This record gives sequence, structure tokens and C-alpha cells, in this order.
Amino acid sequence: MSTTTPVLPGVTSEKLPGTAAGRVRKRLNTRAATVVSIIIAVLWTIPTFGLFVSSLRPEQDIKTTGWWTFFSSPAFTLENYNDVLFGRSASSGQLANYFVNSVVITIPSVLFPIAFAAMAAYALSWIKFRGRDWIYVGIFALQIVPLQMALVPLLSFFSRGVTLAGITLMPAWNLDDEQKFIQVWFAHTCFALPFAVFLLHNFVSQLPGELMEAARVDGASHAKIFRTIVLPLITPALASLTIFQFLWVWNDLLVALIFAGGGDETAPLTVRLAELAGTRGNEWQRLTSGAFVAIVIPLLVFLSLQRYFVRGLLTGSVKG
Amino acid sequence: MATVTYSKATRIYAGTERPAVDHLDLEIGDGEFLVLVGPSGCGKSTSLRMLAGLEDVDEGSIYIDSRDVTHLPPKARDIAMVFQNYALYPHMTVYENMAFALKLRKTPKSEIDRRVKEAAALLQLEEYLGRKPKALSGGQRQRVAMGRAIVREPQVFLMDEPLSNLDAKLRVQTRTQIATLQAKLGITTVYVTHDQVEAMTMGHRVAVLLDGVLQQVDTPRELYDKPGNVFVAGFIGSPAMNIKTVPLTEQGAVFAEMIVPLGREQVAAAQANGGDGKITVGFRPEDCDLVGATEGGLPVVVELVEDLGSDANVYGHAALDGGSERFVVRTDRRTMPNMGDTVFVKPRTDHYHAFHAATGQRL
Repeated sequence: MSTTTPVLPGVTSEKLPGTAAGRVRKRLNTRAATVVSIIIAVLWTIPTFGLFVSSLRPEQDIKTTGWWTFFSSPAFTLENYNDVLFGRSASSGQLANYFVNSVVITIPSVLFPIAFAAMAAYALSWIKFRGRDWIYVGIFALQIVPLQMALVPLLSFFSRGVTLAGITLMPAWNLDDEQKFIQVWFAHTCFALPFAVFLLHNFVSQLPGELMEAARVDGASHAKIFRTIVLPLITPALASLTIFQFLWVWNDLLVALIFAGGGDETAPLTVRLAELAGTRGNEWQRLTSGAFVAIVIPLLVFLSLQRYFVRGLLTGSVKG
Repeated sequence: MATVTYSKATRIYAGTERPAVDHLDLEIGDGEFLVLVGPSGCGKSTSLRMLAGLEDVDEGSIYIDSRDVTHLPPKARDIAMVFQNYALYPHMTVYENMAFALKLRKTPKSEIDRRVKEAAALLQLEEYLGRKPKALSGGQRQRVAMGRAIVREPQVFLMDEPLSNLDAKLRVQTRTQIATLQAKLGITTVYVTHDQVEAMTMGHRVAVLLDGVLQQVDTPRELYDKPGNVFVAGFIGSPAMNIKTVPLTEQGAVFAEMIVPLGREQVAAAQANGGDGKITVGFRPEDCDLVGATEGGLPVVVELVEDLGSDANVYGHAALDGGSERFVVRTDRRTMPNMGDTVFVKPRTDHYHAFHAATGQRL
């Protein structure tokens, strides 16, 4: 294991040879284990790699030979990408537009739930109020409700509002065209919150209580503690949650199709790709490049945030 | 600069019957270094946290100077606290850690800079100002925690076992540093520890707590020479005082063949209030001599000898009242007995402590 952090006196290394974790770690460090994991990684990547190679081949080649023949008789073109992104014909995809839709849907659908969940996690962990534990248990329990069960009620909530015994508690939202983005953001936020609160609560409540007390003695309010102490310390959790939520929303078809509709003002990439696969089955050379257009952003997000997965920020705050 | 007054301050945790802190009455003078000491669970930390505002006060009040702070939030009390685990903000540098409280008070930048640099110089932390806590050693982290309190220039310092995470040598060093620093700054300090050596060496006065009740508060010397009750007598001093409950006669306390003479009033007081013909007598290990077999000492069979270099502690058992009682004697190295020997222990009659057998109060 190579590490750049200095080993502090008094802080025991986690690599104790006697423990079960230590033994597992040792076994995973052998050469055989490395070889096996490389093989698995390669096998796993081959289909994606094949898709990538295909997306760069001319239409005729794709339809007649397998992608591996690319290496014996290379033929290279960006025609497919040009086609799916900017093509004007009805069958060509026009993905550029849907790509923008996907971005517009995804960014708020990631930021809203994570922001709310972080605040809720702080309040449920460190602000004392009556019924706190019950609220947490309630939120936790909401995770068992399948998303599909909530689709119809939520849709009726948007289109008809809420009425109880003839009294309108909440009018219909009556959203059209681009406004339907609001519905998708709302839906994604609802569906993501229970798990996000649960995950962040685990993290926030594990922070040392002395830190909060020190900040309170130093004169910080709850809002200040949340912003200057808690948020920086849970960055790894926020990052991993962001990745999960981002991938989930970006790849989501169901929620987007129902709440954003299939129109080209609001439909995201996934909806369009499904259409391409379904209705243009005989022109699937465009599907290869379309899939790659859809993959680019998640890859960037993952690569830019992954370092937070492995970084523990807490080392050195309190001894123990 | 301020005084601190606990007035019948009480803390009862939900779901428990016995208060964690029971009607604590304590006055701490301006510039005083007061140490709260006691075994774990005695309420010393709770008392401190009540003063900090981190713990509710269920009954009574707490004053800083003449200001009632009982229900004020921590930030309105103008106190600074050093925590047992230091509680440094891990994502901030040493400088930012020390400046945090001042920034929250919107102190001007130049002023913050001046104060942080001053405190850093005082604590020899100047070269570490740009580092994060995880790149510091335990002793350095402890000093940063101190620095964070100092820059505040608060009315009162609160310290909750700040040395318990240091190794023995560093602890002794830091102990004197803190005491010197406090004397230099002259800021009223309340210091919690479970270590009676820390309490005795650092405090101007020491308050001993047990089960949430204040047992005695006095200077270290008074506490050692005149413990107010059996608990304080046994708690202060190392090795602990020999405390035995023995039969009482008109002449004094009966230790097997030996009689420890007592004053007339003491005998009378011991018999009142259900004393039941018994008395509790204590003498410190250093307040007795090893004498010859014929000189009327108490025979003790030696089980363990601790050679401390300067002198030696002799541990053993003696037959007393049909039972076997443990005794500790501090002796000169030159007269050190061997294990298994029988020695004869004679307390110096002018250095004993007498307590009521039932109430445990000093007579």
C-alpha cells in the first residue's frame, strides 16, 4: 500500500495482521488476485469497447461485419456522430437538443435532493427537538415504497392538485411544455430524498460531537456550523451521493417519460434513444454513437469525483 | 477577568433518579485556577459543561460575575473551552482553527492576525500555522486547542481533561506549561481532571466531587492535611491513605494490640449519631514508621515492595478484628523489607485522621 500521509504516533494503522480485515487485505494484495481483477475488468469492458469501435465505423461495415474486423481492415468515420447530433432528417436523432434536455433535467434533480438531505441529516443528528427520532424512522421507512407505486398519485397531484372532501388544498399545477421540467425535478427530488437523508444522516451523526460543541462555544449558529464545519467534512459522502444520483437521473427513462413527456422540448436522451432503438431498428449504426453521446457526461462526473471516494477527511480531528 | 458562582446548580438527566450534579454551590474567584476532581461519573464534566452552556441546568443558577448565565447559549457567555480530544476542525489549518471564533465575532482582520500570531508565539506554534491538525503530533494538537482558547481572551477558561491524551512525560511538561500560562494571563480557569496529581499540582483550589455532590473544596495542602471526610481522605494522595474502621474505647482507637490515642471530644463525637462503638481512623503511608518487634507496632506481612528510587512503598496485610486488612507504608529505601517478611508498623500519633464511623465526616 502506498500512502503519502505521514504515520502519526499513537494512531494505530488499520493494517493489523491478526484481524480478519487484515487477512482479507493481505490476500487481495497478492499477484494472483491482481491478475484475476485485471481479467474481470477487461472482460467487463469489451462490450463497451466494441460499441465504441462500432460507433466510429462506416454504416456499411457495421451492418455487414463484426466490430473486431475493424483491426484487420480499419475504416474510420465520424459520420455517425455528426448524424445523431446535428442531422436534420427525422430519422437521424437530433441528439444535441435532447442532450441539453438531459443536462437541464439532471443538474437540479441532483442538487435539490442532496441539498435538502444534507440539511435534514444535520437537523436530525444535531438539533434536539421533540419527535426527532420518529421523523427519522418515518423517512427511513419511506425507502420501502417502490417508485412505481407513486407515479400515478404524483401525476394526479400535478394535474389535478389535492382536494379533500371537496376543499382544494392545492390547485393543479397546469404545467406545459418547458415548465414540465419542474415536474421532473420535483419527482426526482421526492424519490431520492429518503435514501439520501438516510445515507447522509449516517455520515453526519458519526461526526464527533465535540466538534459541534467546540463550534458552539466559539459562537457559531446552527446554520454556520452546518456550512463551515459539517459540509466540508461530509464532502466524500456528498460526492458519492452525487455520483449515484447523477447516474440514476441521467439513465432514468421511466420518470422522465412520465413527467416530462416525449416532446422534444423536455424529453431527455434516454427517451430519444429508446425511440431510436424502437422505431429505427434498421438504422442502428446511429444507436452506437448515440449511446456514446449519452455516456460521456456520466464518465466525466465519475472521473472528476471519484477521488472523494477514497479520501477520509476526518483523520486528525480527534484522537481515537 | 471574572468570578464564577454556582448556586444550587443541579442537573438531572432524563430517566435517571439521582442527579448528575446535585445542588452544587461553588464560588470561584477572579483569576483563580480551580480544579474539579473526582472518579469517573462523579459529575465533574457535567458541572463544567453546565458552565459552558452545553448542558441544561435543571435547578439553581450559574453566574459569571454578577451576570446570570444559567439559560444563555454558549456563545453569549464569553467563555473558551479546551476539550479532551481537542476538537480541532480537521479541514482548517492551525491558523484558521485559532481564528474561527474571532471571525464569527467579526473581529477586524488585522486584529485577528495579531492575536493569532501572539498566541502562536506563546505556544511555540508559529511554524505550524499553515498545517492541518492531522499533520501535528498529539502535544502540538493540544497546544493548538489551548491557542484557540487563548485568542478569544475570554472571561473564563474551561478545560475538560485536556492532558488525558498525552503520554506521561508530555503530560507532566504540559501540566506546568498550562499552570504557568494561566498565571501569566490571569484568566479565571475551571479545570476538570480525574487525576489527583494534576489536581494537586495545578489548582489554586481543588473541588472534590463524588456522585454529583461536592465533598470538599480547599487548597491542595488543606485537602491533603485535613480531608473533610473518608472519601476525600482516600481519594487524595498516592498511594492512598490507610483507612480502617476499628473499635473505640475511652483511650482511643484499637488497632489489634495497639491503641491510637484520641482526644476526649473526638471520642465523644465518634460515639454520637450512631457511631456504635466504632471509629474510622486513617493514616498516610508516609506517616508511620517501621519499628522493632517489641515496640508495640502492628504486625504486617509484606506482599509487595515498590522501589521508587527515592523511597519505597511497602504493601501488606495485617490481622485486624478477625479479618485481614491491607496496609501501605512508605519507607526509606535503606530499611526496605523483603517480600514475606513481617514488619511492625506504628503510625505517628500526631498524624492520624479520625472520621465518624457512620457518617464518614472528619472529627
